[in-house]
Amino acid sequence: MTQLPKVVRGTLRPAPENHLSGADIVRARAGRRAFVGQGLLAGAGLVAAGAAAADSALVPPWTKSLGAPVAKDGYGMPSKHEAAVQRRPSPGLTRTPLSSVSFTPLQNLFGIVTPSGVHFERHHSGMPEVDPAQHRLMIHGLVARPLVFTMDELMRFPSVSRMHFIECGANTGMEWGNVAVPTVQYTHGMLACSEFTGVPLATLLGEAGLDRKRAKYVLAEGADGSALARTIPIEFALNDVLVVYGQNGEMLRPENGYPLRLLVPGVQGVSSVKWLRRLEVGDQPWNTREEALHYIDLMPDGMHRQYTWIQEVKSVITAPSGGQQLTGKGYYEITGLAWSGRGRIRRVDVSTDGGRNWRPARLQEPVHTKCLTRFRADWTWDGAPALLQSRAVDETGHVQPTVRQLRAVRGTRSIYHNNKIQTWAVADNGEVSNVQLA
Amino acid sequence: MSSSRSRHLGRAAFAVAGLLVAVAASAQFAVPRYGFGRAPTPAEIAAWDIDVRPDGHGVKKGRGTVQQGQVIYDAQCASCHGTFGESNTYMVIAGGVEPDDAKTGRAARLRDATAVRTVGNKLNHASTLWDYINRAMPWTQPQSLTVDEVYAVTAYVLNLNAIVPEDFALDEQNLLTLPMPNRNGLTRAHGMGAPSGRPDVQGSLCMKDCARDVTIASSLPAYARGAHGELAQQMRPVGPYRAIATGATPSRAAAAKPAPRELAAQFGCVACHAPDRRIVGPGFAEIAAKYARQADARSYLAGRIRSGGQGVWGAVPMPPQRLEDDDAAQLAQWILAGSP
Repeated sequence: MTQLPKVVRGTLRPAPENHLSGADIVRARAGRRAFVGQGLLAGAGLVAAGAAAADSALVPPWTKSLGAPVAKDGYGMPSKHEAAVQRRPSPGLTRTPLSSVSFTPLQNLFGIVTPSGVHFERHHSGMPEVDPAQHRLMIHGLVARPLVFTMDELMRFPSVSRMHFIECGANTGMEWGNVAVPTVQYTHGMLACSEFTGVPLATLLGEAGLDRKRAKYVLAEGADGSALARTIPIEFALNDVLVVYGQNGEMLRPENGYPLRLLVPGVQGVSSVKWLRRLEVGDQPWNTREEALHYIDLMPDGMHRQYTWIQEVKSVITAPSGGQQLTGKGYYEITGLAWSGRGRIRRVDVSTDGGRNWRPARLQEPVHTKCLTRFRADWTWDGAPALLQSRAVDETGHVQPTVRQLRAVRGTRSIYHNNKIQTWAVADNGEVSNVQLA
Repeated sequence: MSSSRSRHLGRAAFAVAGLLVAVAASAQFAVPRYGFGRAPTPAEIAAWDIDVRPDGHGVKKGRGTVQQGQVIYDAQCASCHGTFGESNTYMVIAGGVEPDDAKTGRAARLRDATAVRTVGNKLNHASTLWDYINRAMPWTQPQSLTVDEVYAVTAYVLNLNAIVPEDFALDEQNLLTLPMPNRNGLTRAHGMGAPSGRPDVQGSLCMKDCARDVTIASSLPAYARGAHGELAQQMRPVGPYRAIATGATPSRAAAAKPAPRELAAQFGCVACHAPDRRIVGPGFAEIAAKYARQADARSYLAGRIRSGGQGVWGAVPMPPQRLEDDDAAQLAQWILAGSP
């Protein structure tokens, strides 16, 4: 094989070089048009001269051999070349992987669907392996008929499928005071979006004979070792909350609650209780440990905000983003995700100069309520340093704030609900890094 | 038609409409529509209905003293939380409470930007502490304590925070009335409680010449560049971008298997076992010496690690560890080999 010219880091690899001769590469780089012209001439010559043997080095081995049979893997996996796409914990964030979080690799994903295998994880007492044949859901409390359901029964109810995001309340929580992590996986990766299938909670509450006069809240409790418990307001429960068993066309993954979880659209992820085993209807909130010691937002005056359910309007550019390096001057598509717990995304603007000037991004259809929305904008990089930002607006008119605006009200110790505008700095060598502006 | 008569008719119409709504609602809920599910048995409800609310809903009759709690805590809780609840391995249990907090119901230290946040200075109701210990602690054996033991451990944690005295006995009555240091420190006056809530921070829609001074205030320091491993291994190798090479070793998630030493740290073994001396449990060297001539030492120890145990080395029990069989075997092998 021909000796390859050295690939310079940070430069685009032009289309397949590995099978071109050194002379062809020089010719290719000298100018595409001239090369094509010669090719046309050569082609004409070929026709004129009759059949000549093809250069076998120009045809890759997978074209000249037999591939693998069908069903080689009963459940297919991504290409071995995609091994970089992994969910990962943030080193030092937690002391044990059994009560911890792993982050979605947003920098490597397209569109709005999060592949189930890289959906972020948050376990409080490790991941249980629940047997669906033994699993039960109990509904009791302020209902006329307390009920216990098997999975068989739950899956007989009329079902719905809807696309929603799940975002942990602590997403971007490491960034309240200063830049702490390098890539969008760690700044925003407690975020995922799936098509969920299940039974509307309203259907199950109706079946149990909900006491509409007295019912104000529902306690949702998991079957894991933490028996994680969260209070859901009844107006949420009767609106769009689902009792879910399906995710992206298959059953829930064990790490996402197999075989049954709650899904509370637009609300911080901890409320979408995994491995759901019990729903109790009550007239007061429960003030559980996850509502009185954690998932409460500390304000500068020492007061904690409690029951901060809603995930407010937010967006982030996923490419180019921290840890990446641009491969030369010229055209790039800036792309990212926007979402709001209050409804649909109405609009996203992008800036390449640190928020001095903004222009509208294109929103990719579909734009669902309480769902990730993909946005895109054209950008020609001139090789000069740039500061990339995105800013989302939801259908209620709520505009994503800057980090300065957020800190002016909430300080830096809130941990939860950091929906600041994210800034990525592009250096003149093309390196992209996480920064915060004054 | 007089105005009073028209008002009367209006009310009647409203009442009829209300009746229709009520009928519709009762038709929807009076009888089950699908007929799936069955009534829970009393035993199922007793086993599952564990929640305890600050208003006393679900509270269990029982009693436990600070002294009783200390015995249980030292044996089953201290290895993670520290003898005095001071360990920051997990959430700090004790500290950060000022004498005046009991009067004001606001933990004064939470106004201090650098204050440690603890169970003592954050929690608003003691019932939540009871509920959590009952449902999820001890971490490796949740729901293994009796009701009285939960009262005792709760009492001891409250005592560590100077909320109750040493001779205190906690029961289902006083659990609900204890003046917690931060009982007035949580608020629901904010816009994130409902989809229609009013946001407290609103961004700007300015499009041209918006920000005047654009300066970078924070970026990742050079020494932290590799803290998240080799970024070049976290980015797709094809596409518009390359990854910045940080030169760091791959993160643990990317590594094939954690080394035994890491396993020992990961599962909290090292909180009680040191290589060469006793802490709570025997040193690893001591264990290796004891079982050096036992033929099945490796499988025996692996089993012990997974099952937990008590009595071989003393009265303090070792909790069972939830690790995979091969990880336990690897750990046992490492201990027998002198924990290199």
